[in-house]
Amino acid sequence: MANRKGVEVKTFATHHVITQPNPLRKVLKRVPETDLDDPVARAEKALAGLSGEFKNWMQDETSRLTAAYAALLADGFTNEATEELFRAAHDIKGGAATFGYPSAAAAADSLCRIIEHAPDLEKVPPELIKHHVNAIQAMVHDNTRRGTAATAGELSRRLRGVADEYLMHVNRDRPEHLEAIMAPSIVPAE
Amino acid sequence: MFRIDFNKLRFLVCDDNPHMRRILRTLLHSFGAREAYEAEDGATALEMYTHYVPDIVITDWSMPIFDGLELAQMIRQPESKGNPYAPIIMLTGHSEKRRVTYARDAGVTEFLAKPISAKGLYQRIMNVVANPRPFIKTKTYFGPDRRRNNNNAYIGPERRTGGEVEVLQQPSLLDKARSAV
Repeated sequence: MANRKGVEVKTFATHHVITQPNPLRKVLKRVPETDLDDPVARAEKALAGLSGEFKNWMQDETSRLTAAYAALLADGFTNEATEELFRAAHDIKGGAATFGYPSAAAAADSLCRIIEHAPDLEKVPPELIKHHVNAIQAMVHDNTRRGTAATAGELSRRLRGVADEYLMHVNRDRPEHLEAIMAPSIVPAE
Repeated sequence: MFRIDFNKLRFLVCDDNPHMRRILRTLLHSFGAREAYEAEDGATALEMYTHYVPDIVITDWSMPIFDGLELAQMIRQPESKGNPYAPIIMLTGHSEKRRVTYARDAGVTEFLAKPISAKGLYQRIMNVVANPRPFIKTKTYFGPDRRRNNNNAYIGPERRTGGEVEVLQQPSLLDKARSAV
C-alpha cells in the first residue's frame, strides 16, 4: 500500500518491508562519459595537502598513548585507565596508516587485541604491553630515517606473532574469543 | 555516468578524534560538500541529528558517552520523531568481520574500515545515494534490508517466515513512515 508521498509498507507475518522513493535521488546528476572532473582525485590531492601536518598529529597520538600507559602503570588496570589505553591504541590503529605510519598502525592493532581478548589484563606479561608502546613510540620517532620502514614492519610482525601466541594460549577454553583472534581482518594486507 | 551533487547534501560527522574529523572534513569538502556538521561524541551527534536533519551520517564506532553503535540504534527508532531512515556509514578502526555483523544488526547502512581512503568513502556515499535499500521492521530489528543479494539460489536458513497476512492494519507504522518523508 502506498500513501500520497509514495511510502509503501508491505506487512508480512513476521516483518514489514518499508519502501520509500529515494530521498537522495535529487543529488544524482548524469554527466557525459567524457567528463574530466574526478572528485576522488580531487580529494586525494586535498589529503596530500594535509600531509605536512601528519607528523605532528602522530606525535600527538603517541603522546596520548604514552600518557595512557603511564596512568595504567600508576593506577593499575582500572576501567578508566584500560579504556583510555585502548582508545589511544585504537585511534593509532585507525589513523596511523593514513598518516604514513603503517607499522605503527599494525603494532597498535596488536595492542588493541591484547586489551580486548586477554581474559585478565593483570596477568598479561607486563613486557608485552610495554614493548608494544615502546615500539609505537620508536616507529613514530624514527619514521623519517632512511631504512627504518623494513625494521618497523618486521618489529610489528614479531609483536603481533608474540601477542597472538599469548592470546591463543590464554583463550584456549574461550572459543568465541579464539574465533575472533584467528579470524582474518577485513582490511586488505599492505 | 552519474556523479553526486555534493553541495546539495548535508552530512553529520561523528568522531572523537579531531585529526580524523579534519580528514573527513577535508575529503567531504573536496568532494564538493558545503554542509558537514561535526560532533565528538554520540550524545552530541544525536542532538545535532535532530537539529540539523542530515542526509547522511558518518560515524566512528568507539567514542565516549555513547558509541557509534548506540548512536545508530538511537537513530533507528521507528517511533521516534526524527528521521529514522537516514543512511549511516560507520567508519571505524574495527576490522573484524563480527564487528561488521554487529554494525549491520544495529541498522548501519554501510561499513568502512580505517584506514580511510577518498575512494572508499566516495564509493560508500555513492552506494547510499544511488542504491538505497528498503527498510525492514521486525520485533528485534529496524533498519535497511540486511539482504544485499536477491539471489534466488539461496539455500541457507529462511529467517523471515510467513506469507503476506490478511490484516494489513498498521496505522502507527504508516503514520511514522508518512511523517518521515
